[in-house]
Amino acid sequence: MIMDQVRFIAPEISLLCFALFIILLDLFIEQKKVLPIIAVMGALVSLVLVIMLWGGQSADAFSRMIAIDQFGLFFKLLILTSVILVIMASHRYVLKFAKFQGEYYALLMLSAIGLMLLVSSINLISIFVSLELSSISLYVLVSFLKDKQSSEAGLKYLILGAVASAILLYGMALVFGMTGNTCLTCIAEYIRGMPADNLAGTPALLVGLVLLLTGFGFKIASVPFQMWVPDVYEGAPTPITAYLSVASKAAGFAVTARVFMTAFGMPAWLHNDWAMIIAVLAAVTMTAGNLVAIVQTNIKRLFGYSSIAQAGYLMVGLAAMGVASQSDSVVRSGLMFFLLSYTLTNLGAFIAIIAISNNINSDRIDDYSGMAKRSPMLAIALTICLVSLTGLPPTAGLIAKIYIFSGAVDQGLLWLVIIAVINSCISAYYYFKIVKVMWMGEPIRPEKVTSSWPEWVALSLCCVAVVVMGVIPGAFISLTQAAAKMFGL
Amino acid sequence: MNLNLLSWIIFLPVIGLVVIALMPKQGERTVKWVALVAALAAFILSIAVFWMFDRSSASIGLMQFEEKIPWIPAINSYYHLGVDGLSLPLVILMTFLGVVSVLVSWKIQLKPKQYFMWILLLESSISGVFCSLDLILFFLFWELELIPMFFLISIWGSGRKEYAAYKYLIYTLVGSAFMLAGILCTYFITHTFDISALAGIQISSSFIPLSVLFFLLMVGFAIKLPVFPLHTWLPDAHTNAPTAASVILAGALLKMGGYGMIRVCVSMLPQVAVQYAPIMCTLAVIGIIYGAAVTIRQTDLKRLIAYSSVSHMGYVLLGIFALNQVSLVGASLQMFSHGVITGLLFAMVGLVYDKTHTRDINNLSGLARQMPVIAVVFSLAGLASLGLPGTAGFAAEFITFAGSFASVTIAGMKIFTLIAVIGVVITSGYILWMIQRVFYGYPLEKYNGVGDADNVEMVSTFSFVAVIMAVGIYPAMLSNVINMGIIPIAKLIGI
Repeated sequence: MIMDQVRFIAPEISLLCFALFIILLDLFIEQKKVLPIIAVMGALVSLVLVIMLWGGQSADAFSRMIAIDQFGLFFKLLILTSVILVIMASHRYVLKFAKFQGEYYALLMLSAIGLMLLVSSINLISIFVSLELSSISLYVLVSFLKDKQSSEAGLKYLILGAVASAILLYGMALVFGMTGNTCLTCIAEYIRGMPADNLAGTPALLVGLVLLLTGFGFKIASVPFQMWVPDVYEGAPTPITAYLSVASKAAGFAVTARVFMTAFGMPAWLHNDWAMIIAVLAAVTMTAGNLVAIVQTNIKRLFGYSSIAQAGYLMVGLAAMGVASQSDSVVRSGLMFFLLSYTLTNLGAFIAIIAISNNINSDRIDDYSGMAKRSPMLAIALTICLVSLTGLPPTAGLIAKIYIFSGAVDQGLLWLVIIAVINSCISAYYYFKIVKVMWMGEPIRPEKVTSSWPEWVALSLCCVAVVVMGVIPGAFISLTQAAAKMFGL
Repeated sequence: MNLNLLSWIIFLPVIGLVVIALMPKQGERTVKWVALVAALAAFILSIAVFWMFDRSSASIGLMQFEEKIPWIPAINSYYHLGVDGLSLPLVILMTFLGVVSVLVSWKIQLKPKQYFMWILLLESSISGVFCSLDLILFFLFWELELIPMFFLISIWGSGRKEYAAYKYLIYTLVGSAFMLAGILCTYFITHTFDISALAGIQISSSFIPLSVLFFLLMVGFAIKLPVFPLHTWLPDAHTNAPTAASVILAGALLKMGGYGMIRVCVSMLPQVAVQYAPIMCTLAVIGIIYGAAVTIRQTDLKRLIAYSSVSHMGYVLLGIFALNQVSLVGASLQMFSHGVITGLLFAMVGLVYDKTHTRDINNLSGLARQMPVIAVVFSLAGLASLGLPGTAGFAAEFITFAGSFASVTIAGMKIFTLIAVIGVVITSGYILWMIQRVFYGYPLEKYNGVGDADNVEMVSTFSFVAVIMAVGIYPAMLSNVINMGIIPIAKLIGI
């Protein structure tokens, strides 16, 4: 019986084997250049295994620990894609810590395994374990540069992350204490069975729910749990910043959506309540992120705040999901399409930033002056990504915003959408600040900025995808709609 | 037979852009030829559409040259193009300005490759706005126009170009942000993005008051037109933009606002439009008088014409919200004629600046001696702008005022019109005074031998003059077509 179910986690198992293999290989070979190749191969194998699972019926495995559904598989694809792109982008950057390349790739893959398990977990226990697996790998990765900033970032991430985990665990304990279950569908069943007034009279359960939201809020960097973001983003190795800003965030949204939709999706007043909490947090998150981003001078910090703002837009989708009925998959696909677009866009931007910082060894926005002259192609690529983050055509960003906001308006969250669209205007200011510096500034040094071919491949993949999704989004939206099937709903 | 002519009109400039992008660096001389060919081809196609446009009464209120394929099935959005009498003149206006804006940029030195790529993208996005019949597609083209304009102003502009570009960007984005919210509400209420279908639907909603919806949509258009207190981006953008961008900005881009008001706000929510027409007309009259009054005081030629645009767009707003069939035709015609006339004025200012390197009226005098051709064409454009009979300006303003004076839909239109007509008087004042100061009087020695317009410049400016005269002498050429688009809208208002 168990052996039958192993195929459900074959992608994770194969990725784990590759990760361990890389650590071993790292001991014996001198030529470290093969390591990223093997890492990419491992991720590709895993990607193929995920695709082979695609299209099947939703099922659960390992005594309701994990679910195999389109929703989870979609996010696994997203995570694996970002792992591949991050590895391709980091092969020059790793020379900064040349001795530890093997560990770097292996840890990256281990954290990906954690995230992949996280998005398919349907049990509080497996959620916590997989969350820790990915977090602990990331604590190490953030401090990988071992300089002052990076170590500080790692420590900060570790301490705050540990606190967040503790809060999450406390919330889980309360939910378990009140419902007697750890599996999400069982919790839902128990809550459905409770008389309505009894539920309102169980404050401990509601406290548990809020604590869960806090724990996940840390992962998705929503205000007021966003304090770690700017410092960690600035101090971490840039490829890890990229990874944190997309894969980790996407998985955070996936697990939040799953837990709240599955376990607390009924009755109506309950899901309306947490949806309102998220809606208010969304408004605060995007406004705070955008306003603080305006004054940043370091591009990594700027992207830190920008990712907080983007988390705000995503939370609009989350709130709309809460207001919508449990079976409404259209709103869910809005969130997924936005995450897809955001992942590719943000990765594209970060790959360009990595390539540039490999050359100029600086993350100050002023040092990007005249980048259009020093490397026209990198400047064009970064501009496309910034245009998409602003939400202007012809890019995925605009369609994603239209789609996710249309779902929110449909659910009566017009006030939130108006705040969100005004926020997009604010964001134009700082995104275009970078564009302006690159295209209108004078180069501070004459020499060209170069990029290697793997960086190139990764960057062009992102940019082409962003533009294609912006011009003919139909197919991608159908994909996310097909993928919006969640186990138990 | 479906040749997808509208798609060609929109995407021919994009094809030109791609060709330019693929050209080697050395080929910078040929870049402008590619741009010219692409723009010219789009213009010829739009003339062909005008030629083949079915003017029979059977097709009144019908969209012609329609194209419709599913685009985003999830939200019922289509790639849906089509033109009627309202949009066709504006499409022609845009493609015409596309050609001349390439011509007026013939001598551009700085990064010509990039420059012409942005000009072509700008042309294609504005044509897209006028051809779109799907609100999402409309919005996409509406936003697309921002990026080329931002770069054109901030790289090739002059003076406080970055400030102007930013101001333009933020202003427009704020407007379109509200518009997007409005579009999504519309979709929530009606479950369609189809502009032509929306015009026939009786919209009612408990979800959002219709007047709120009206103003959500209106803000974006009002900023673009621009309507009086939202106009402050315009003088900055115009003054600091390069000549070709000013020509397109004044000529076609502002018309997106007026077009959107008629096509979306008035057609979709006619009752709400009637309800709020007095407010809009008040703003229009303020815009006309205030704009004209401020214009008198300007000493920078470009700023002067920019403020005169604020005043002239007031006529458009007045014509639209007089909500009378004749006044709506007048407003549409005014959009076309202002596009050509102000386009020409900006082109002429560009020429004067090229020769004398100043736009300050106080530093100019008696230029008619040194550049007679420029002086004549500039004067012609000025006369058209103040509405001299025989020019497009007269036809448009006359129809607008005649319509708005006769309007019975809105109370007090006669008073609004009477005040607005004062604007015409002030216009004559500032135009004639400006021409007198710049071209007449004593010639300054420092401008001896600066030279007159050359052949390319003559081609571009004379083609403007030809259009202005043609429309002025025989306005029915356009107004008959416009009328076909206005009749169904007038029916919705109930006149």
